[in-house]
Amino acid sequence: MPKIVINGSEHEVAEGLTIIQACDSLGVSIPRFCYHDKLPSVGSCRMCMVEISGSRKLVPSCATTISEGMEVKTETPEIHKARKMVLEMLLINHPLDCPICDKGGECDLQDQTYRYGLDKSAINVVKRAVEEKDFGPLITPYMTRCIHCTRCIRFATEIAGIQELGALGRGDHTEISMYISKSLSSELSGNLAEVCPVGALTNSSYAFKARPWELISTETIDVLDAVGSNIKVDATGLAVLRIMPKINDSINESWIGDKSRYIVDALRIQRLDIPMIRINGKLVKSSWNEAMRTIADKLKSLQGSEIASLMGDFVDIETAFITKKLFNALGSDNIDCRFITNSAENNVIDVNFDVEDRGSYLFNTTIAGIEEADSCLIVGSNPRFEAPILNARLRKRYLRGGFEMAVIGEKYDGNYKYDYLGSNISLLQDILNGKHPFAEKLKSSKKPMLVLGIGAFVGNNSSDIVSLAKEIAIKYNMIQDNWNGYNVLNTSAGMLSSMEAGFVSKDKKINADSIVSATKAKNIKLLWLNNVDNIDFDSLPKDIFVVYQGHHGDKGAARADVILPSNLWLEQDGTYVNIEGRLQRSYQAVPTVGESKKSWKIIRKFAEYVGVDLKMETLEDLRKQISEVNPRFASMNFAVAEFKKDNLSMNFSLNGDVKSLITNYYITDIISKNSVKMAECTKLFVKKTA
Amino acid sequence: MENNKLIQRISNFLESLLLIDIFKGIILTSKYMLFKKSVTINYPYEKSMVSYRFKGEHALRRYENGEERCIACKLCEAICPAQAITISAEKRNDGSRRTLTYDIDMSKCIYCGLCEEACPVDAIVETPNVEFSTETREELYYTKEKLLSNGERWENYLKQKMQELAVYK
Repeated sequence: MPKIVINGSEHEVAEGLTIIQACDSLGVSIPRFCYHDKLPSVGSCRMCMVEISGSRKLVPSCATTISEGMEVKTETPEIHKARKMVLEMLLINHPLDCPICDKGGECDLQDQTYRYGLDKSAINVVKRAVEEKDFGPLITPYMTRCIHCTRCIRFATEIAGIQELGALGRGDHTEISMYISKSLSSELSGNLAEVCPVGALTNSSYAFKARPWELISTETIDVLDAVGSNIKVDATGLAVLRIMPKINDSINESWIGDKSRYIVDALRIQRLDIPMIRINGKLVKSSWNEAMRTIADKLKSLQGSEIASLMGDFVDIETAFITKKLFNALGSDNIDCRFITNSAENNVIDVNFDVEDRGSYLFNTTIAGIEEADSCLIVGSNPRFEAPILNARLRKRYLRGGFEMAVIGEKYDGNYKYDYLGSNISLLQDILNGKHPFAEKLKSSKKPMLVLGIGAFVGNNSSDIVSLAKEIAIKYNMIQDNWNGYNVLNTSAGMLSSMEAGFVSKDKKINADSIVSATKAKNIKLLWLNNVDNIDFDSLPKDIFVVYQGHHGDKGAARADVILPSNLWLEQDGTYVNIEGRLQRSYQAVPTVGESKKSWKIIRKFAEYVGVDLKMETLEDLRKQISEVNPRFASMNFAVAEFKKDNLSMNFSLNGDVKSLITNYYITDIISKNSVKMAECTKLFVKKTA
Repeated sequence: MENNKLIQRISNFLESLLLIDIFKGIILTSKYMLFKKSVTINYPYEKSMVSYRFKGEHALRRYENGEERCIACKLCEAICPAQAITISAEKRNDGSRRTLTYDIDMSKCIYCGLCEEACPVDAIVETPNVEFSTETREELYYTKEKLLSNGERWENYLKQKMQELAVYK
């Protein structure tokens, strides 16, 4: 650990850091434009110049590594003069349109000019103007404001892996532009607005809506995919105006996917905001009291075994737990959450995870752990669409080199090179038997990993695929001390959270499929759906009483006999589990719409109508009860689990293909379905890749 | 000493007997009344001269081609110490940045003029008008339409005012 002296005080810092990294870790601020801690540094803006011992000239701190005994000064008159010069040069061509610029108030150039710059310029020339460019529906460019820091280019090539953006021309004529004029096709393109230090690339859905000083920020998590990215929700009053990433190095680093960022426009569209009851075949507005009374009256004539409940997307642990408790108290064990809700298909697709066996359905390597892996086999998954943040990690690991990747399933453009082995299940058998060339690579790697997409769990041959994958994991030493290479890439935070709450039947034969077929056989007469819209409602018998609890109106609400409007995840506090099994709290960012209530409170209230005492008054009571059953919930810790190695079937029918499930990243669930931006993206990008 | 006191008393007595102070006062009053120019004016039929710096009722201005000046930068909203201004903005169909609503609660406003000072495009200004009393409170919640119509009414004056004050900016 080298010792360095910064501004007269001695510090010990980690080896190999650049001066700016060392200063950042010690809380010494150095102004910068082109340097970004998650991107490779280029040292082009010259704003981060510092004085070091033994150098007559100032050095760029982002491109100079520290050495033993180095003396660094960051605030001398000479440095200030240099900063003034840099800013004066940058402002020769930067338009003074801060009042209409969306970055105004949180702009690096504005802030640093205010702090270090001159109030007047000695240079009076006509400012450069740049032709308007088209960056697609998500990013609005104003390239006259560009200061050529090339952060966007580095982000696009390094993180997103799209080689489409570059700097054209020289000197005064430099322009950041697409090589070929077309829209940016990346699931991470929204982050370009984030990395831009000025207002040259802006978030199109936030255009002109607000100023940074009037926003109220809430730090919470994203549940649109199961990665559990940390986000910052900016809102004024009632409406969410933008969603930005919050840095969390073990999950999403500094990025979030476009779907998470741009569904803002769908949060208040097509909302269920008032309880409704079906009278004479028509849904009419009603009151909470009446709606709950109607369900309670219906329940009186039914046995416990004649009611069932299914949990869909966006359900938090608390809601799943309290619903389970209510249904058990009513004598029903017909509950399930383990089915795909975010597919294009119109029926329940069971995935049959074993809730007791946590290692068999989680991403055990952890997202940060990908960086340690040295080979990877992806089966039935398209991580680019299913979890773009995770895909960015795979790319990050790939760029470092020495990472062997292979894919069995559908081919996809993953922004990295991989061996495409094919889609037949027999390939897995070949790898297991060591016949396939990729088996050698798995054998020779120290930390191999295997990713099973959710696509591997659907279809008739899913149990074969999963058993084979487990066998491969055991055979190729994927499970060692401090390393677990067996991963399942789930796509629904609601499913994972409900499983954490134990929202499954004790009877292993009961699953979503059997519940739906029981309704067709009329053994189940009341179906309580929480955000479930993908059942084949047409084939559901007419006299089945459907209660729909959810926030967006779609097929489920259209079929429902009673609609109980619940809050969106951004409108209530909750706890979610991500693919790694990590428990994370989400917090209320905005008030709710209309008369809708917190989803756990709806169940709590309804329990009174059916005379069940759930013994809880507040969210704390509820959380305490969950903690008693689930010790992980109490500590909010997450531990990696191994899957159970027993009962692996060894009789494989080696037919059929492995498929990945999600073909359209932009529309996967009921919220993104209502987003105008996501529809635009689908129109633009999806047909090309498919 | 005795003598002086006596003279004082006699003169006091004479002054009050002859009402000398009253006449002095009458003379002073009639001097102003009859010979000097009157300082008061006959409001509301007459009005006094008002400085360009006077801060009265607000107005939103337009450019000469009829385009609104206000660009929804919200600096006036940010600086307003009484928090009387509320703006909501949106991208207009032609892609320019303009306000959707621009409301001033005139019952909150303290007429400090900071909004006028903050405005980078001279859109929000204060006219010399002080005669906008209303019968109801609601009428004092000014909307964008009202402010723009104020601007049209006062444009000639405001143009002059801006020219006059330009040297101090």
